[in-house]
Amino acid sequence: MKATITVDTKGMSCPLPIVKAKKAIDQLEVGQIMEVLSTDKGSVNDFQAWVKQTKQELVRYEEDQGVHIFYVRKV
Amino acid sequence: MTSTTGVIAMTAKELTQIILTKEKIFILDVRNESDFNDWRIEGENTETINIPYFQLLDGVESIMEKVPVGRTLLVVCAKEGSSKYVAEQMLDAGISQVYYLQGGMKSWNEYLQPVKIGDLKQGGAIYQFVRLGKGCLSYMIMSEGEAAVIDALRMTEIFVQFAEESGVQIKHVLDTHLHADHISGGRKLAEETRATYWLPPKDADEVVFPYAKLEEGNNITIGSTAIYMEPIYSPGHTKGSTSFIVDKQYLLTGDILFIESIGRPDLAGKADDWVGDLRTSLYHRYKQLAQDLIVLPAHFGKITELGEGGKVMAQLSELYRNNAGLNIDSEEIFRIAVSENLPSQPHAYQEIRRMNMGKITTSKEEQRDMEMGPNRCAVHDN
Repeated sequence: MKATITVDTKGMSCPLPIVKAKKAIDQLEVGQIMEVLSTDKGSVNDFQAWVKQTKQELVRYEEDQGVHIFYVRKV
Repeated sequence: MTSTTGVIAMTAKELTQIILTKEKIFILDVRNESDFNDWRIEGENTETINIPYFQLLDGVESIMEKVPVGRTLLVVCAKEGSSKYVAEQMLDAGISQVYYLQGGMKSWNEYLQPVKIGDLKQGGAIYQFVRLGKGCLSYMIMSEGEAAVIDALRMTEIFVQFAEESGVQIKHVLDTHLHADHISGGRKLAEETRATYWLPPKDADEVVFPYAKLEEGNNITIGSTAIYMEPIYSPGHTKGSTSFIVDKQYLLTGDILFIESIGRPDLAGKADDWVGDLRTSLYHRYKQLAQDLIVLPAHFGKITELGEGGKVMAQLSELYRNNAGLNIDSEEIFRIAVSENLPSQPHAYQEIRRMNMGKITTSKEEQRDMEMGPNRCAVHDN
């Protein structure tokens, strides 16, 4: 999946992954996609709740060897 | 840079003191809603609101009016980072003193508070270790330089240190049953202190390590003045569940009988088989015991079960009067009560059972994750 911007938060713990993701998505145009990489298992639920609450669209979520990858489309 | 002046760390120990002394505190829990609904800090005089930190990224102005003036304010999250982040913003927004919970809910889950229950007749004492963040209770019985620990939790260093400070040597470590809601520290503590580790054999079919058989009639002596611990076979929560009478004063009930509820029979997968055992243990076996015994359970489910100074205890006769689970006349209604409408099962309980059998080993971090959340060992908890 092609993302307009990638936010790499590997090694960071909460609240940083979501703080960084928020800053990035604020810069995007509607319809563009943000990719977020995180190694913080604890913030996976937070991330999904945040996407839902901000009414963005979580297009895809996958985990690859401890790295959680979220694709979010700005609505 | 955000100034951290005025943001103060509160330890789990300090928070425990506040809750046990029933001091008023206002808690802003910034975890996500589902984690909060699953499990939170409770106290008689705690007021709590839940606003996830990711709703506060644009500032905390929207919630300032919800924070009462003149009350200790504590911000809480899973580990610590997000609560510090929110606490700093609240400070910037004009609140003069904001606490955050050091180590977050992880630390809260792990803290144990030793509380003295009472003296033994021949000298010596019995202590209860209250794990407020999980609702677990462990016990240490000491006499003449020797000690026994019952239902030890995995934070074994706390028992080792307490024994050292009290000048006693841990000789026996016992589990009333194979636990499903928390990781037992029994085997580890026994290894560290070279004590004997006792388990009921009927719960130990699948364990892969050596243990001493905890069986009725095999009394255990602590100290030279002989404080007897008499095991009483009381199945129902598990097949092997065993209670103890200590010093003819205390009845340690494990997960069979709690202060405001009774044990659930389904966590080892055999609810239908064990309902009858549970009924017999609670309505017949315990009824034949001296009714002035002080019941000391392995859990509490509600904060209201904590008495003075955090003690969780009650006389057996009182429980026969007031505990709803002991007052169901019909066997059929009892069966329905303990096998249907049970609260959801404890987090990761199957892995925890395997872990307690010695079948799997896990890192400390994984153990912490497995134990997050409430204990849910009782029938009436939800």
